[in-house]
Amino acid sequence: MNIVPLAYPQKGSAKKTGYWRIFRPKINYEKCIKCMICWLYCPEGSISIINNKPVIDYDYCKGCGICANECPVKAIEMVKE
Amino acid sequence: MILSGNYAAAYAAKLARVNVIAAYPITPQTQIIEKLAEFIENGELNARYIRVESEHSAMAACIGAAAVGARPFTATASQGLIYMSEMLWWAAGARLPIVMGVVTRALAPPWSIWSDHSDILSQRDTGWLIFFPESAQEVLDTIIQAYKISENEEVLLPIAVAWDAFYISHSYEVVDVPSQRNVDNFLPSRKKYKHTLDIDNPFSHGNLVFPEYYMEYRYYIDDASNSSKKIIREVDEEYYKIFGRTYGGLIEKYRCDNAEYLFISLGAFSGDIKEAVDRLRNRGYRVGFIRIRCIRPFPSNDIKEVMKDINGAIIIERDFSFGKGGILSTETKSALYSLNIPIISYIAGIGGRDVGYEDFIKIFQSSYKCFNLENIPEKPIWYGLRVIK
Repeated sequence: MNIVPLAYPQKGSAKKTGYWRIFRPKINYEKCIKCMICWLYCPEGSISIINNKPVIDYDYCKGCGICANECPVKAIEMVKE
Repeated sequence: MILSGNYAAAYAAKLARVNVIAAYPITPQTQIIEKLAEFIENGELNARYIRVESEHSAMAACIGAAAVGARPFTATASQGLIYMSEMLWWAAGARLPIVMGVVTRALAPPWSIWSDHSDILSQRDTGWLIFFPESAQEVLDTIIQAYKISENEEVLLPIAVAWDAFYISHSYEVVDVPSQRNVDNFLPSRKKYKHTLDIDNPFSHGNLVFPEYYMEYRYYIDDASNSSKKIIREVDEEYYKIFGRTYGGLIEKYRCDNAEYLFISLGAFSGDIKEAVDRLRNRGYRVGFIRIRCIRPFPSNDIKEVMKDINGAIIIERDFSFGKGGILSTETKSALYSLNIPIISYIAGIGGRDVGYEDFIKIFQSSYKCFNLENIPEKPIWYGLRVIK
């Protein structure tokens, strides 16, 4: 044992937190202008940029809705699970 | 140089080549951090000075600095120290080497700025090692030693060096300030430990642990505190070899040979007790004095060894735990329980009330009667109290 507990960062060290979600953010890619503001604002780092598009990882998205609130073109809709 | 205790502390921090100073001003400590600001301003010291909005933040900044491998210094007193308390536990729990100066001052209310050891002694269970130098010279020497002890891998605990308001902090005396080269030889630059943060290999510590593990980390702190006793003695000896000054490690034994009675105390009025011992020895009394240099780790065995053939001990202290007794006497009595020695506890100099060698002679004379009559007061005696209920 170390004299203090060390915690190394890893994906999902607190298990899959996506099941906490009540509302699921759904991106409408026809409206999306790819400004990536949602990616910047996501407090959980659950939005990744894949092929120049924001993609939500629902295993870890807690459904806080910040992305939907910040989206300047209202391309993200919060849908009840 | 002719320095006050506070300036001696500032010189010590400079000689230790501290990298970060985070502090908030409070009487009677402010001169230390003012002097350090001056050293940085005129280029004598290459360190980052962080002006924080509170003592809580000062310690938090020192914790951050120590966590990434820097050598921090701060200083505080009284209310500021108590405000810092939460972070004191954090610093020790995170096992970070930090050195802090504490100029002991009474707690309010009623408001007071004068010396009293209750502030730092109330923090004795935090895991910090706590030293009580007797003079400005010892303040300087102890701060330099403290970095060496704190940064030792067998210790890795923060250290508070505590000295009396005004008696030491503002009194000037001749202080031998060692050369930078000698201090550099004695104190190498801060090491990197397994738990030193590293941006190339990121991790965090201080996170949640479950009941299955918490207890072990507490045991490690106690274990390190106990191992520090050996390190404190070794560092004192090494310091003596380079700088020619020794303070005896955990306790200083003053005229303890063939003593029948002993004073036990700590802090600034130790000098007056030594004067009283000299005068009582001249009158034929076989008296000695144990000066406690550190109350954490508590030097139980060191005291016990000296106390074996003693007829009685008088503990004098400038602190109190309400509803129990003097903190030093409570701790000493528990360490000496198996020896069954009569001990009289005196509370003196609370809130900076002046006590001198004449007072210690008086204390000895009335205690001497008690020892001979085998009539040992159970309760602590508040020396010089104006009103007694």
